[in-house]
Amino acid sequence: MAMRLEVPPEAVTPDPPGTTRNRRNKPGSWSLALKRDWRLYTLVLLPLAYFAVFRYLPMAGNVIAFRQFQPGGSIFGEKWVGLKYVTLFINDPSFWQAFQNTIMLGVLTLLFCFPMPIIFALMLNELRSQKFKKFVQTVAYLPHFMSVVIIAGMILQNFSMTGTVNQIANTLFGTTVNFTQDAGWFRPMYISSEVWQTMGWGAILYLAALTRVDESLYEAARIDGANRWQQTWHVTLPAIRPTIITLLILNIGTFMAVGFEKILLIYNPLNYATSDVISTYLYRVGLESSNFSYAAAIGMFESVIGLTLILSANAISKRLAGTSLW
Amino acid sequence: MKGTTMNPADVKQGTGTKQGTGTNKGAEHSGVLLKDMKVSRGMRVFRVFNLAFLLVVVFLTLYPFLNIIAQSFSSEGFINAGQVNLFPKGFNTETYKLILADSTFWNNYGNTVLYTVVATAISMVLTTSFAYAIAKKDLKGRSVFIGIAVFTMFFNGGLIPNYVLISSLGMRDTLWAVVLPNAISVFNLLIMKSFFENMPRELEEAAAIDGLSQYGVLFKVVLPLSKAIVATMVLFYAVANWNSWFQAFLYLDNPDLFPVTIYLRNMIAGVTTAGSAGGTAENVGQIAANIQSVTIVLTVIPILCVYPFVQKYFFSGVMLGSVKE
Repeated sequence: MAMRLEVPPEAVTPDPPGTTRNRRNKPGSWSLALKRDWRLYTLVLLPLAYFAVFRYLPMAGNVIAFRQFQPGGSIFGEKWVGLKYVTLFINDPSFWQAFQNTIMLGVLTLLFCFPMPIIFALMLNELRSQKFKKFVQTVAYLPHFMSVVIIAGMILQNFSMTGTVNQIANTLFGTTVNFTQDAGWFRPMYISSEVWQTMGWGAILYLAALTRVDESLYEAARIDGANRWQQTWHVTLPAIRPTIITLLILNIGTFMAVGFEKILLIYNPLNYATSDVISTYLYRVGLESSNFSYAAAIGMFESVIGLTLILSANAISKRLAGTSLW
Repeated sequence: MKGTTMNPADVKQGTGTKQGTGTNKGAEHSGVLLKDMKVSRGMRVFRVFNLAFLLVVVFLTLYPFLNIIAQSFSSEGFINAGQVNLFPKGFNTETYKLILADSTFWNNYGNTVLYTVVATAISMVLTTSFAYAIAKKDLKGRSVFIGIAVFTMFFNGGLIPNYVLISSLGMRDTLWAVVLPNAISVFNLLIMKSFFENMPRELEEAAAIDGLSQYGVLFKVVLPLSKAIVATMVLFYAVANWNSWFQAFLYLDNPDLFPVTIYLRNMIAGVTTAGSAGGTAENVGQIAANIQSVTIVLTVIPILCVYPFVQKYFFSGVMLGSVKE
């Protein structure tokens, strides 16, 4: 039983005798709780105000997807217009192109960026020299701490006409490609840089899980004649399975939110055909062309899909694997 | 890069099956060195591959950084000829002098420092107080508070309503638009919460018996004992704020208020649109790869200086956060 006695003696006196003795238990009513823990509740006030204003108010602000919005007017819009903006984006081919690109990049990200950290962690785990392991980790985490602006700068330089990738292409094939402007090359450029950015840092949770694998399991496996590969397959992987599933759920949940900031920095009109995703499209529609309601309708669609994805991924994993986020 | 990303699976699988034929008495996990044990041939082959692969990873991870440094010290001619990769060619420090003499750069750099300090301070106050309160398992309403925070991890208002809100609050072109909207990271909040939850109860109880109020316990007992987690959180927030650009990009129009990330972003954007949007020749010259590289190097230096600490704290922080209740 968790016991707490933060209330100083002088504050105790006004309390009825019965409550002072039971103060360590869950308080029954709100007035009791407030009397005992009012100091804690004051600590909660500012953060709650923060969540209300900067997180929940914008959620409510999504109603402008169904209302006429006037810049400078109410943040909740002026008058109801029903599904006008929803039908508008459903009939908008540019939206569907962005939708397709989002799905495509999301799938590719899951396919390449999700398994890499697992493999990387397993390989690191095989290293015998702790010093070298530490060194590899230190280097591999570095991209995670870089501003996306810097990453974007590096991508554009490495893939530029005179950049390293073209230097290699020129040496090997005698040709150069305008990677940054060619729509056909956007996905490889995006995904390879994404792997570069996320592989090291993504391994961190797996490494944490690997340190908790019971050593005696390996011993038992060895006695049963399991070789190194079988040990990995039958002991290591099952041991980190909950971590894998948790991260998979989270990854599926953020599926639609493909690197918006990065794409915004590295795409250009010449490769919109493959690079324009829902978030960048609604950014242009909303903030560059000032169609706030229209963009809000798209944004809401995106958020709802994201929430649906994470809820269903969580439900499925709860049923099939017994692992869930909450 | 793309080619090598495919390698580890092949390597792992290949040696894994090969190694199945040999004896592997010497197999060990967790990196403990078992001497005098016979290591099968397959195992040795695997280790060599493993080592080689990880060295390639290290090289590929570092390469873009080395390339940027090399470019920053190279002369434009060699860069444009596509001859600069690992080492500078046509050594030149003129560009560093040029950027370091640019008052806009220093102004923006100063802004970044200011925003980082203010935003981190606000974030720490909000995160610590909230985390401390919701770490109390018998606080009434606790699960509601946690729910309010966690829900925002999975659902958010979206770009447009946020933009409309910040604009209507009159925060455009002020520091507040940069430092307030992302003040609480729920991820950090949960890490801090689990740290407070794992603190020994007896300490706080003893302090309470000594007559300290809940405030007193927090400030005089809990926080002095939480230096490690507080340092971790400060680093988390400071790095995030130092690196952030999008808030500033959305809400700041006045160039005097820009953080250095926007300075850099405008350079990069200048390059990408120079061809398509018809930038003047002079513009193109100014934002050349060399100048970009110099700015990148100057922006990254502070991060690299704190990186050893950050890396250490981040790791323990994430470890802490990953421990489920």
